[in-house]
Amino acid sequence: MTTWFPVVVTLIVAGLVVGVMCTINMLLGPKRPSEIKGEAFECGNPPSGSAWGRFSVRFYLTAILFLVFDVEVIFLYPWAVEIRRLGMFGFVEALIFIVILAVGLIYAWQRGALDWD
Amino acid sequence: MINFSQINLVWLPVLPLVVIATAAMVVLLVGVRVDDEESDGLGWLALASIVIALVLALGIFGQSGIAFAGAIAIDSFSAFFELSILIAAALTVLMSLDYADEHRLPGAEYYSLLLFSVLGMMLMATASDLIVIFIGLETMSLAVYVLAGLLRRDPRSSEAAIKYFLLGAFSTGFLLYGIALIYGATGTIKLVAIHAALTGPLLSNPLLLLGLGLMLIGFGFKVAAVPFHMWTPDVYEGAPTPITAFMAVGVKIAAFAGFLRVFMVQLGPASAAWTDVMWAISALTMTVGNMLAIVQSNIKRMLAYSAIAHAGYILVALTAGGPQAGGAILYYLLGYAFTNLGAFAVVVALERRGAAGDQIADYRGLATRQPLMAAAMAIFLLSLLGIPPLVGFVGKFYLFNAAVHRGFVGLVVIGVLNSAASAYYYLSVVVAMYMQEGGFLEETRRSRPALVAAIAIALIGTVLIGIYPEPYFTAAGNAYQSAMSPEEVHAATAMAP
Repeated sequence: MTTWFPVVVTLIVAGLVVGVMCTINMLLGPKRPSEIKGEAFECGNPPSGSAWGRFSVRFYLTAILFLVFDVEVIFLYPWAVEIRRLGMFGFVEALIFIVILAVGLIYAWQRGALDWD
Repeated sequence: MINFSQINLVWLPVLPLVVIATAAMVVLLVGVRVDDEESDGLGWLALASIVIALVLALGIFGQSGIAFAGAIAIDSFSAFFELSILIAAALTVLMSLDYADEHRLPGAEYYSLLLFSVLGMMLMATASDLIVIFIGLETMSLAVYVLAGLLRRDPRSSEAAIKYFLLGAFSTGFLLYGIALIYGATGTIKLVAIHAALTGPLLSNPLLLLGLGLMLIGFGFKVAAVPFHMWTPDVYEGAPTPITAFMAVGVKIAAFAGFLRVFMVQLGPASAAWTDVMWAISALTMTVGNMLAIVQSNIKRMLAYSAIAHAGYILVALTAGGPQAGGAILYYLLGYAFTNLGAFAVVVALERRGAAGDQIADYRGLATRQPLMAAAMAIFLLSLLGIPPLVGFVGKFYLFNAAVHRGFVGLVVIGVLNSAASAYYYLSVVVAMYMQEGGFLEETRRSRPALVAAIAIALIGTVLIGIYPEPYFTAAGNAYQSAMSPEEVHAATAMAP
């Protein structure tokens, strides 16, 4: 329990700060709604079309491939930090991991997942 | 340097897994260069790797120990299940060669996903902690979800994949939540340590009981036990037929491997908590499976409901518990693999592209057109029904015998009555083949050697293991006992933190 006490304190303080700030903003902030403010936010551009518009299925492939390498990085950073302590065994293990991911990438590449046209 | 020796890395016993994983990747990389019409070579490559893994898995028999920091159990239990799974996989590949060509299935994806799901199944069978069981289950399931939807031009196949995926993901959530709660209650995910921790007040810990219940739902879904069976008929009907066979046998064997190791072997001390629930699930599964099988007109749906009923028979022994029941389940699953794959192989042989020929009415008069095929189908169906001396009878006898010895007479009575009721739908196919005229399949297609070989192997297994059950039953009994051996318990407690 004692080890987790600082974490609990941090949680409570964080909650308090956010809660107090939001409440003050709600009570004191001026509210002048307008048509432009009520629009959907599209990074500053005037919104166009419906949110249910169709978009290319290739985005999904890109997202999947991104996910693979995202996860790879999560594993490889701690490995890189500890490489000396892990020694040859750790090196080979990580190599196997990378090879397996590479197989996936080569497959996706050969099947044309990386061609945009 | 970190001392890795305490993790106990043993490579030989996991070699079957390594072989299958490597072969899956090789098939994938080679396969993208191969046309879909010439995917036979990939199939033979997959088959070769399965045979190599089969030989390597034989070497695990009789060993006993725990490797990879308690994640992998090396015992005859895993060896027996790995063998059953690999036999199922080999027969599936044999019946796929023809089918994949005719339906233009993408060979690279088809065979590599098949191997990846075999990898997950084997991992489940040899897992010794809850997380590895989960990883195995997911590796298997994700691959099978895709396989179910590989007939991309057939809307029923897509429907099967979507249904299987959504419900499967949902049930996986149950299983994972159950694992989390059991970890919360016992403080460990190692099965042997959980077994050791289950004493005294912990047995009535609500966290543990809730976790047990949720895991029961998760496994119940994978073995298609009622009331978690809703997905089965639609998925079995829509998926490519060899994959349906693989789901009905491979997925079921692997799920029972996990189910058995978790519930009978390691959570045995808490059996008072789940026996009554399992009793009800077992009775329901047998009854609902058989009743709904009777009204089916599509043979794949009929076999799907029959698979549900067979899960119910196995659950009878799982409810009863004890080493005798454990051995009976292992033996039954081995026999079930041969029999059910054989029946599905005949369905593959008679089916035409566009899913014509999968109605029971299409089997009318088959005995005059293709007498050998009809005879094989009759033997498989009679074995599923439980006619001596076929393996289905002997397996069912062992299951019910074990349950009677543990005093579950009421459940066995329900089981025997159900078995009698199942005669109606199994025999109606036999009657259609032998005593009726007509039928849809006028032209006779010459079946390819691989498919005939699959049917022949299944036939030999169905008859041989049934006529001479002794060595297989003894091996099954020993395999079950090995999962419980005191050395293993000792080794695990010495290794626990």
